[in-house]
Amino acid sequence: MSSAIDVRGLRKSYGEKLVLDGIDLNVAEGTIFSLLGPNGAGKTTAVQILSTLIAADAGEIRVAGHDLHQEPEEVRAAIGVTGQFSAVDGLLTGRENLIMMADLFHLGRQQARRRADELLERFDLVEAGSKIAMTYSGGMKRRLDLAMTLVGSPRIIFLDEPTTGLDPRSRHGMWQLIRELVAGGVTVLLTTQYLDEADDLADQIAVLDQGRLVAQGTPEQLKRLAPGGHIRLRFTAPDEFALAAQVLPSASRDEESLVLQVPSDGSVHTLRALLARIDDASLEVDELTVHTPDLDDVFFAVTGQATHESTNEKVTSK
Amino acid sequence: MSTVSYPMADTATMLRRNLRHAQRYPALSLGAVGMPVIMLLLFGLVFGDTFSAGLGGGSEFDYIDFLTPGILLMSIASGTMSPAVGAAMDMSEGIVARFRTMAIFRPAVLTGHVLGNVIVTIVSLALVVGFAILIGFRPNASLGDWLLASGLLVALTVALTWFAIALGLTSKTAEGASNIVLPISLLLPFLSTTFIPLESMPSGIRWFAEYQPFTAIIDTLRHLLLGTPMDSGNGWLSIAWCIAIALVGYFWAQKSYNKGTVA
Repeated sequence: MSSAIDVRGLRKSYGEKLVLDGIDLNVAEGTIFSLLGPNGAGKTTAVQILSTLIAADAGEIRVAGHDLHQEPEEVRAAIGVTGQFSAVDGLLTGRENLIMMADLFHLGRQQARRRADELLERFDLVEAGSKIAMTYSGGMKRRLDLAMTLVGSPRIIFLDEPTTGLDPRSRHGMWQLIRELVAGGVTVLLTTQYLDEADDLADQIAVLDQGRLVAQGTPEQLKRLAPGGHIRLRFTAPDEFALAAQVLPSASRDEESLVLQVPSDGSVHTLRALLARIDDASLEVDELTVHTPDLDDVFFAVTGQATHESTNEKVTSK
Repeated sequence: MSTVSYPMADTATMLRRNLRHAQRYPALSLGAVGMPVIMLLLFGLVFGDTFSAGLGGGSEFDYIDFLTPGILLMSIASGTMSPAVGAAMDMSEGIVARFRTMAIFRPAVLTGHVLGNVIVTIVSLALVVGFAILIGFRPNASLGDWLLASGLLVALTVALTWFAIALGLTSKTAEGASNIVLPISLLLPFLSTTFIPLESMPSGIRWFAEYQPFTAIIDTLRHLLLGTPMDSGNGWLSIAWCIAIALVGYFWAQKSYNKGTVA
């Protein structure tokens, strides 16, 4: 598979503040690549550089086979960007926004209208199409934003935190749209601070923390980095808890809350084995939960700290 | 794949965008068009006789004739608010980031603002001339004079619009942009020979009024439209001012717009 995006040694600082400290990335064509990290990790800066919006201080960058410094116009012709802040024209209607984009791609009058209507349909904006975008809800604006990005049928799409601030329903709708895009052969580079989003969508994940890539791999590979898969058993009676602790010696105990954590790989096989032992000993379990390692655990494992949202200030460019 | 640039088509697209803005959000354009008309009627009809008498005019001196060229410049000046605010709003919203990551003709976004404002301002100028004629403005200009005068007005509009956009791009908010162009939209028309001749001003203001661009241009317009005598240098000075303001505005605006991006 050839690479849609290839980055080596990308660096960027704003004054004293080092935002990206030597990033290497490789995104295969037709896949979803997620840059995962807390606020201030440098995700948006990375997207701004890869989408030609701001210049890097150093690094070799190839996007869609073109050197970003030598041929920025060729790169621009191949990409589409949907940023964190809505890039729609609030005073134009949804349809006018799409037609404006079609005009900028020089589609011609007839085709521009057809493309706009087709996208309104696909993004469930037919009714809203004749209203000015300023009146749209957050989810509608985001859909229009993505629709505008798709007018020119870009081969590579950058999505900077596409679901931040959306309600759960709009969020899942957006995920569905992203999956459909990739099914159509598009490459997506997605940034997110939501671990479940990266887990759900991405083929490859790179964890970005304070301007460095601290881990990279498939969601499965990353999860393997993190210990912590277990089955949690909660008891109501202290004597049941004590008995269970004897029956399951590998479990770690929490005497105070009467909770046992039995190490597990999360498979049905080990769960069934555990249930059999519980039955054999006639244990009265109040609650059972299966905890598979998620990317929160990964983040903790690779950075030594939880996602530190509050400690990092957002760096804005001047 | 090689990319072809479409300067005309992209600029036309941006112009359509800006005209639609003017239509959807008419407050700015209406203000720009309405203010000079109100000033014209106020000074022409209400204060006109008093001013005329105070300036020692007899029956020969018609204050409306004196006033109208200055009000035309006031239309241009107050029209600069809208593109400055528009450019600042564009920059504070995501839409310009989108345009910048697209393979479109780079100067199109700003040029669209300029052309849009030139069109709105021409409408406003036509309205002012119409109202002025209604209340007694009687120019005695030939077709050639009218063409020269129109050319000068359009040149000044283009120049001041670029300058206002450059100012708008330096401000982070729409409010900031509307404040930063106030010196253009208020100071230049009022501290000029729009309402009274140089001789009747106090010395400090007179010094400013004498050397600022509007005075030379108003003088040239009066000469073209009414045949009043003028210092022949003022014609060339007017053109030089327009070119200088346009160049500074254009390059400053482009520089601000492209700041930090990949060329």
